[in-house]
Amino acid sequence: MAKPRIGIFKFTSCDGCQLSIFNLEEEFLQIAGLTEIAYFQEGQDAPDGNGFQAWAAHFDLAVVEGSISTERQSKELLDIRENSSRLITIGACATAGGVQALRNWADVSEFKASEYPAPDAVEALAESTPISAHVHVDYELWGCPINSAEFSEVLASFLLGKTPGVPGYSLCMECKRKGIPCVLVAGQAPCLGPVTRAGCGVLCPSLNRACYGCFGPKDGANIMALMRIFQGFGYTENQCRMMLDKMNTYKFREMEEKG
Amino acid sequence: MAIKGTLKKSRLENLLAVLNKSHRVIGPKAEDGAVVMAEIGYKDIPSGVRDLQWPGGCRLLPGKDSQVFSFSPGPDSFKRFLHPPVSELFAFKRNGAKIDFLPAPKISERPMAFFAVRPCDLSALKLYDKIFLGGPVADQAYESLRRGSLVVALNCLYPGNNCFCLSMGTGPEARDGFDIQMTELEDSFLLEDGSAKGAEILEQLPLGQAGADEISAKRQRIESCKAAFKKSIAAQELPGMIYANLDHPHWEDIARRDLECGNCTQVCPTCFCNTSYDYAALGGIAAGGAVSGKRLRKWDSCFSRSFARVHSGNFRFSRKARYRHWMAHKLAYTQAQFGLPGCVGCGRCITWCPAGIDITAELEALRHV
Ligand code: SF4
Ligand code: SF4
Ligand code: SF4
Ligand code: SF4
Repeated sequence: MAKPRIGIFKFTSCDGCQLSIFNLEEEFLQIAGLTEIAYFQEGQDAPDGNGFQAWAAHFDLAVVEGSISTERQSKELLDIRENSSRLITIGACATAGGVQALRNWADVSEFKASEYPAPDAVEALAESTPISAHVHVDYELWGCPINSAEFSEVLASFLLGKTPGVPGYSLCMECKRKGIPCVLVAGQAPCLGPVTRAGCGVLCPSLNRACYGCFGPKDGANIMALMRIFQGFGYTENQCRMMLDKMNTYKFREMEEKG
Repeated sequence: MAIKGTLKKSRLENLLAVLNKSHRVIGPKAEDGAVVMAEIGYKDIPSGVRDLQWPGGCRLLPGKDSQVFSFSPGPDSFKRFLHPPVSELFAFKRNGAKIDFLPAPKISERPMAFFAVRPCDLSALKLYDKIFLGGPVADQAYESLRRGSLVVALNCLYPGNNCFCLSMGTGPEARDGFDIQMTELEDSFLLEDGSAKGAEILEQLPLGQAGADEISAKRQRIESCKAAFKKSIAAQELPGMIYANLDHPHWEDIARRDLECGNCTQVCPTCFCNTSYDYAALGGIAAGGAVSGKRLRKWDSCFSRSFARVHSGNFRFSRKARYRHWMAHKLAYTQAQFGLPGCVGCGRCITWCPAGIDITAELEALRHV
């Protein structure tokens, strides 16, 4: 039986999620054995420079990092989708627009003018959007960066044709399972755990720190209710806004509107 | 014959030592601003620590030196140990059409002794036994952890701010379901056996005579605890009050505050819901196609959208419906199904709810339109 052909693609992002794939170490070598990695620039010694053409072939699975930030990217993405049986996104940028989506609520031409000597040379759309705003996505993995173990499980599930066990519930669920005394209840810290998706392994509360939401909104997050609690602790509305305005702001705001 | 005796506070260590001969002792320990439960030694007991609890808050404070148990239960209960948050039910190896099943590794050969179990939790444990062992087939994972376990109960002398066992009929005094019960007195503990195993343990301790004075001191202390409760539920009106108010506008009000985070269910000693699924990662797939993985069981919650998902979505489609279901399960359905209260009044869901949603106040609000 032919090995499934996999392509790992990147748009606007820091490459951290792709590095999380390398962090699988032994298991990463396993990917190379079980699949044909047909496109993976991050995994090459030197980029071959022929980017676009190289993926004009069929992929059984496209793994996409990064948000859509330029016109060219949106075209490339359509091409990838057309050529892929399954497409999954990895990380906050691809799944939720990334930190660069902060510009969606500001004026990008102003940024360009203030930062670059030749603003017209900067190719950037007014908005940075997640992959799902452009094409159908079969599975989304959250996190900034993703959790390598979750990626391993999702890829194994793809190979086995089963549903991954990655949950959409709150970080609190994982936090309680681990038996960590709640930093919000026992320390009045502004922990975003109740509105954030589980999956990171409870990194911050394990170290007695408030979660800052890098795994994005959980299914059905009641964001305004949590912000009212934080306001009760003395945080201003603006401070609350800044807690949410990070790498997942696009999705947090979308969820806020839904209520 | 029933054994009663007093154990000097300075000798409490002896009790733990005797328990520890045959059992892992699971008891209270202070950690990061809360009293949690863990495998402990005598020195871990947060003797003299007081905890201040309120809806959505908890703080540890220094207490009186002479008092050992001046704290209320924290987020943990026996549940963490008898129905672990994540457990492996079995492992499997599939090679072509052949599947082998391997039993899960045993957590420990030594059974557990639960130390300083509050009366509310005794009632919750009774419910757990009924749920996990009482059906036509016993749950093997629970059965193997529960087998040979010991329960040392502790009568409550102060209710926590969020406790309401008195109104649920589950506390603050231990009535059954323990091997030994302890009551903290001025400078000793009154120990009483509740089973043959408990009596055997008490026989190994340097107990003093317990006379009429100690018995009346115990009574007095429990009575003054009963007079100090701040919270209650009108249990005599259950389940009617729930069934008559399924369309009450107050559910919407709760839904505005509810984070759907699931904390209440995770800390509740009677919540038992879980999900099981087959876990396989890349490391478990061999080049030839053989697959090895595990069937895992994890705590889940009716607040998770994935929990009641059927082919086309969650049949409890709103936040309101999910909270209402949870409260009705606690205060109405469990009693109907198992003949035991589904809420034992421990107040954990009130303290550990980040939104401070208080089951006693929410129930009371259903009275008003
Ligand atoms: S520490 Fe944060 S994530 Fe953990 S239970 Fe509390 S609010 Fe939830
Ligand atoms: S519903 Fe709340 S008070 Fe009742 S047993 Fe559960 S955690 Fe305790
Ligand atoms: S609910 Fe009752 S039995 Fe439980 S800890 Fe509080 S006072 Fe004790
Ligand atoms: S009642 Fe509280 S703890 Fe329970 S899901 Fe709602 S906000 Fe979370």
